[in-house]
Amino acid sequence: MKDFRVTPIRNGTVIDHIECGQALKVLRIIKVTGDVRSTVSVLMHVPSKKEGWKDVVKVEDRELDPREVDKISLIAPKATINIIRDFNVAEKYSVTMPDVVKGIIKCGNHNCITNKNEPVEPEFIVESKLPVVLRCKYCDRNQEDFAERLA
Amino acid sequence: MTSMTFKGLDIVSIRDLTIDQIEQVLDLSEKMMPYATGEKTCKALDGKILANLFFEPSTRTRLSFESAMSRAGGKCIEITMPQTSSTVKGETLADTIRMVEAYSDAIVLRHPHEGASRLAAHFSRKPVINAGDGAGQHPTQTLLDLFTIKQQLGGISGKNVVLVGDLKYGRTVHSLAEALAMFGAELTFVAPPLLQMPNETAKLLENEGVKARLCSNLEDVIADADVLYVTRIQKERFPDLSEYEKVAGCYRIDNILLREAKKGLVIMHPLPRVDEIAPEVDMTENAKYFQQAFNGVPVRMALLTMILGGELR
Repeated sequence: MKDFRVTPIRNGTVIDHIECGQALKVLRIIKVTGDVRSTVSVLMHVPSKKEGWKDVVKVEDRELDPREVDKISLIAPKATINIIRDFNVAEKYSVTMPDVVKGIIKCGNHNCITNKNEPVEPEFIVESKLPVVLRCKYCDRNQEDFAERLA
Repeated sequence: MTSMTFKGLDIVSIRDLTIDQIEQVLDLSEKMMPYATGEKTCKALDGKILANLFFEPSTRTRLSFESAMSRAGGKCIEITMPQTSSTVKGETLADTIRMVEAYSDAIVLRHPHEGASRLAAHFSRKPVINAGDGAGQHPTQTLLDLFTIKQQLGGISGKNVVLVGDLKYGRTVHSLAEALAMFGAELTFVAPPLLQMPNETAKLLENEGVKARLCSNLEDVIADADVLYVTRIQKERFPDLSEYEKVAGCYRIDNILLREAKKGLVIMHPLPRVDEIAPEVDMTENAKYFQQAFNGVPVRMALLTMILGGELR
């Protein structure tokens, strides 16, 4: 008999091929906190045919919005998103990291003009995708610990 | 003749300019010398208005922009005391810029927050020149520094430029190091570990193929220097005053140190200085920092003429 660690979901999203150790940050990005009304499954450090080991997050009755997918791409650039409808994979795609990240995090430099109540969205140039390096378009600073601020 | 590629260009970071564009500015700066000294009169910017917005104290940069605009035949309007402007009423910089652009042909901005000039350029249809944004960029200082090195040594490529002092918070040295790397200079950074060049700048230099020599002892490198670029350790940029006290006064250039230097060493400083260069050095042939301060006028005349589409006849 096949041993399922997590059963298939009827409707929702499976975020697969998350880099090992990043699943909890993905949960924070998609705002899964203690107060959930649908089943959420988290698998950490499971075998992967592609990368050796991976994390997986399954969220029932939720489809992600593009901003959430952009955020996930920054901490899990190899992740795939599977949209499940009636137990079938209705859509499947890999996350793609944008060349410019707009509005989804604040600049980590407190003295940056974008942190001073000006009418602009923070904007970051993706200088490198592996490892991810983000540079503020305004103050030119590379962003440290941005994964924490994403979540 | 001015280049059409320059007209309307924002100068926020030295990286906004190519080497060719920088060379064009330096060439026109040389031609501006007799006009900058007042020997000849110039009407290249007749009828043009420059808005000088200084939200932080400035002496040389503000005065030399004013002098440059006047020498080129134009006029300035200014905010030099933010406490007398709408900023104190809570006006955003974005709104101030949209108002000021209606009164002027170009905007010069100094601001305490990093990225302020990039934001201003985003909101202004008129060209914006960054005159210093917090601990960020100060591209016109870089242009006048490059001009001074070229003027004094005949070129920049292959010269050993030693940058000493506050390389972490000093905004002039970040832009200058990047530009010197573009021009093929050799770089040596002398600073206590707390004030060494930030990783971002070091990385940018590596991308240009330049591996700078790092050291904390000036005596070890003075003999090989063609240019000694000295900076003040800026108390106002330190988030933690105890950090400042650990490094204040750690370098001092005096005639004893200069005994080890090359005869033609060029000593530069963006000024103001406190005690990092002894007054006795002012009398030596090596001291070029007041010439450097003057060079702000021809260089800014050249830049303003180019971005405002003026003609030097």
